[in-house]
Amino acid sequence: MTDIAWIELALTAARPQALGALLRYFRDLDTAEEAFQEACLRAIRTWPDKGPPRDPAAWLIFVGRNSGIDVVRKRSKNDPLPEEEAFSDLSDAEGDMADRLDNSHYRDDILRLMFICCHPDLPATQQIALALRIVSGLSVAQIARAFLVGDSAMEQRITRAKARVAKAGVPFEAPGPSERAERLGIVSSMIYLVFNEGYSAGITNPDSAAFCDEAIRLARLLLRIFPAEPEIMGLLALMLLQHSRARTRIDKDGQIVLLEDQDRSRWDSKLINEALALLDKAIRHRKPGPYQVQAAISALHARAPTPKDTDWKEITMLYGLLERIQPSPVVTLNKAVAVSKLEGPEAALDMIAPLADKLDGYFYFHGVKGGLMMQAGRRAEAREAFDRAIALANSPAECAHIRQQIDKLGAVTPPAV
Amino acid sequence: MLYAILCYAHEETVFAWSKEEEDAVMARLIEVQTPYAQAGKLGPVGRLMPTTAATTVRKGKEEPLVFDGPFAETKEVLLGFYTLDVETLEEAVAFSKALSAVNPGSSSYEIRPFLVFHPGEIKHGETKT
Repeated sequence: MTDIAWIELALTAARPQALGALLRYFRDLDTAEEAFQEACLRAIRTWPDKGPPRDPAAWLIFVGRNSGIDVVRKRSKNDPLPEEEAFSDLSDAEGDMADRLDNSHYRDDILRLMFICCHPDLPATQQIALALRIVSGLSVAQIARAFLVGDSAMEQRITRAKARVAKAGVPFEAPGPSERAERLGIVSSMIYLVFNEGYSAGITNPDSAAFCDEAIRLARLLLRIFPAEPEIMGLLALMLLQHSRARTRIDKDGQIVLLEDQDRSRWDSKLINEALALLDKAIRHRKPGPYQVQAAISALHARAPTPKDTDWKEITMLYGLLERIQPSPVVTLNKAVAVSKLEGPEAALDMIAPLADKLDGYFYFHGVKGGLMMQAGRRAEAREAFDRAIALANSPAECAHIRQQIDKLGAVTPPAV
Repeated sequence: MLYAILCYAHEETVFAWSKEEEDAVMARLIEVQTPYAQAGKLGPVGRLMPTTAATTVRKGKEEPLVFDGPFAETKEVLLGFYTLDVETLEEAVAFSKALSAVNPGSSSYEIRPFLVFHPGEIKHGETKT
């Protein structure tokens, strides 16, 4: 890795903390971003000669703050910019300085920065775009490619989202414990949104696949500053487990490969082991939450050496728990799949029958229903459900997958009398 | 003398590596290790999971306290270790310098002599899950 490549990584890693601190200082997102940009430019000029500082985030906060103040001041008179060498020579001192100035705010700065990206007035896609632009520092072009829109359209979308957030006003005082917990919950769902965008769109668009790595990075960051939050452990574990199967979810022709047909030897054991360690830690807290339960379900799949070793009984129980803490028809649908493995397709079909109204526009409902009908030998009804699923498919890969199922059904003849 | 070579680095930076970057760094690190392994001087090498996966047990007033996270919040964290059986400290320093040369960023290596209390029973890198 070259110097510049390493510096870029260090700048990316330091971004949330530095930008968060600058935002608190200037209380204006655009000024904070400009100040951070300026600090980065100076880092690229200075670090290759002087070597990287011990604490890149502290260096960037310090330099960014000075240049930001200067920009504000410059609007009235034209002072020269201070020489960054002056504080680069302080080497270790900058670390202490930033500690003194910022360590007490560190957590809230990052949390606030993430929190402003998931303002409830913003639609999910804008929350994702804003988080990737502001917290992760992805370029507008990168985000635009992932969302399959033009650069200027994405630029406009982000500008509009920022304006909306600015108008709503960002609370800058340190949040109380309950408010912090609430922010943490909202930020967690935003991170999971980013992951899901990458997970579902990544099948056909490698640019969005990178969102999964980014979401994992953000969750790691969040857990590092809130190390005793079991739900963040659960969220990170869940994403690591899902991501560990990324290589096996799609075959070489771009077709979806179901969990039970995936080559388990190609699952990423490094990610799985980390996820299992996190989940173990989370469970010790005895504060189950939806992410922990979903991760626990995913972990049972990861632990099974072959699909037939899957502990469906435990999975059914966990879905039951999830139904209690976060009831939704989708959870019940998933539970029905687990039940079908234990008690057969008819029992599962009975379970999902009452969901028909609520999930009528949901691709997976009709896909699952078709699959269960097929297993039960009710081919005409299976065909009907699959046709409905195709109409609702979100991607060509989903479409192709259902077509395969229909092919398996063969020609449907009227039931023999 | 047995030495533990402890690798410290900025966790945020290391976990920001892409898969390709990580693979490239690992390939270069393994290249450094191979001659030592072939000479029978390299013992187990461990890569620590991130500090977020750590749990700390600390002596309390009555019961020991168990809490999440690493022992101390530091800028550089222990990321992994090598065990090396070489004649002199010079050789351990040379090995660490070679690792450092191929490892990007501000990683540092602490060389600590150690004694074997128990050779251990774990045969493979993979844990039993």
